[in-house]
Amino acid sequence: MPLFEAVGLAFRTIRSQKLKSFFSLIGVLIGVTFLIAVVSIVQGMNRYMVDRFANTLVGANTFELRQRPSIVTGNVPDEVWLAWRRRPRISYDDADYVRERIRTPATFAKFCQDRVAVSYEGKVAKDIDLVGTEESYFDIRNYQLTAGRAFTAQEVQASLPVLVVGSELAEKLLPGVDPLGKVVHIGGLPYRIIGVVTKQGTLFGLSLDKFAIMPFSAQGRRLICPINILDALIVRTQDPTHMNLAMGETEAVMRSLRRLKPWQENNFYLQTAEGALGTWEKISKILFLALPGLVAISLVVGGIVIMNIMLMAVSERTREVGIRKALGARRSDILAQFVVESATLSSIGALLGIGFGILLAFAVKALTPLPAAVAPWSVGIGVLLGVTVGVAAGVYPASRASRLDPIVALRAE
Amino acid sequence: MSGIIRIHDLAREYRMGEERILALRGVSLEIHRNEYVAIMGPSGSGKSTMMNILGCLDTPSGGEYWLNGQEVSQLSDDALARVRNREIGFVFQTFNLLPRATALHNVELPLVYAGLRARERRARAEAALDQVGLGQRMHHRPNELSGGQRQRVAIARALVNRPSILLADEPTGNLDSVTSEEIMQVFGELHADGQTIIMVTHESDIAAHAARVVVLRDGQVESDRLQREAAA
Repeated sequence: MPLFEAVGLAFRTIRSQKLKSFFSLIGVLIGVTFLIAVVSIVQGMNRYMVDRFANTLVGANTFELRQRPSIVTGNVPDEVWLAWRRRPRISYDDADYVRERIRTPATFAKFCQDRVAVSYEGKVAKDIDLVGTEESYFDIRNYQLTAGRAFTAQEVQASLPVLVVGSELAEKLLPGVDPLGKVVHIGGLPYRIIGVVTKQGTLFGLSLDKFAIMPFSAQGRRLICPINILDALIVRTQDPTHMNLAMGETEAVMRSLRRLKPWQENNFYLQTAEGALGTWEKISKILFLALPGLVAISLVVGGIVIMNIMLMAVSERTREVGIRKALGARRSDILAQFVVESATLSSIGALLGIGFGILLAFAVKALTPLPAAVAPWSVGIGVLLGVTVGVAAGVYPASRASRLDPIVALRAE
Repeated sequence: MSGIIRIHDLAREYRMGEERILALRGVSLEIHRNEYVAIMGPSGSGKSTMMNILGCLDTPSGGEYWLNGQEVSQLSDDALARVRNREIGFVFQTFNLLPRATALHNVELPLVYAGLRARERRARAEAALDQVGLGQRMHHRPNELSGGQRQRVAIARALVNRPSILLADEPTGNLDSVTSEEIMQVFGELHADGQTIIMVTHESDIAAHAARVVVLRDGQVESDRLQREAAA
């Protein structure tokens, strides 16, 4: 019997017992749903981590010279944490020393940051990221201004108390007021707003627009960093090759500045977007390693369910097998009939699973800030698994059916 | 003219544990083209075994069986399936139609296994159903048909491959006497058209329709007689 006719026969048989068929393919359905949904979510997460998380927090072709990592996505043991805290911090002199000696073309910005409260005419905005930095910071972060201007090198030099604010801070603290020229207070000191940065959106549902930027040298710097101490020196280069060169130079310069012996480890840290992603990559790798196991378990269960249903079908339809054999069906015809039926059943399960998996992925996309990206290869694997499980589960029942003695089978009830 | 069926010294032995049962002990028989033969006998006489071997559902443990010029007693499973498909049309007591398939689909089945294309299958199945007077009920399922109609579907299915022999096992066993008479009439017409028919039955009034009656007892031919001249 040609394959397409066998599939047609399988469809007729499956349709004639819808409920039983549905229950028998539920295992495969769940397995494939799981496969598609997890792959979609992890892929979406991946893209999100690279596009938003890493590039927002660090930036492309950019690295930060720090005392220790600031973006830690995994668990850090206490002793490692203590060792990090014992390291010398990055001083103004360190930053200037590095900046003077690096040959690779790059843009530098001293950087300090902490959470502060900002007040305006009795109103207070809490948890504002106050950044102390230099004029180059706006270029490094690609900040565009919707109103006013960034501060200048002269203003940094003169330690003027000027402030460029994020759009949400401007809207919350000064609603309906033109923020430019207004004076807000941070830690009791007055600052004049000279610019507003365009909206940056959210990260994991958190606003990226609740910040204020001032010259690192301004009067209130003690609020965010001790005098003469920096959180980081930010270095931006034009492309990845230059970034690697600059990182190499920075490491060498810092080691010689800190007089580290060859066997001593760096007592500073160069943070990059990829570095920040390190832990996430570990997580997604583990997920991708665990995924085949989890999918395999549900598919094995699904396959066993189908095999049992097919064994039941064979014993229920013993007489049908007898009739077919009496009319001239060979063993291979009967074998093919039941294997194709099992494979069709399982493939329907897989197709439904793909549908549900995509729905699930879109539900996650709609209900959480995570974008889900359905991977075409996972759909392909889903279909392949469906057919394979069906064939594997069908072989044994089908071979039992094909070996039935037609005389005995014809007498069966 | 040589027989379409030639059986020589046919034996069939079953083992039930330690015990050996000889269902057929040396049966010889020759049946010619266009004969209408009834095989009779009490239960345990070996007529079911005979029927199974004649239908190539079973193979003998001894002797020869020539069907349409081919020795079929030692064929492989697949070869036997092919012989059943091409040479034999079965009609069973319990009809043995596929319950979920329409009459048309049931009649098409042998043609499916003969490897015919869908279009030709359909044409031949429709013609066969017309021949047994069921042209109007092709798309009914067996449970929507009466017993007599079901047996007519089974006859159409048996004939659709133009077999050498029509093999009927108690074809009226599940039918009332009026319907039985109708089915016997169909058999009579088929015989008149040249079909070779072999019918196993224990009812003598059904066997009376056949031209020749072979009676088995204890695995051997007890009598073999012509009741009247076969229709020319």
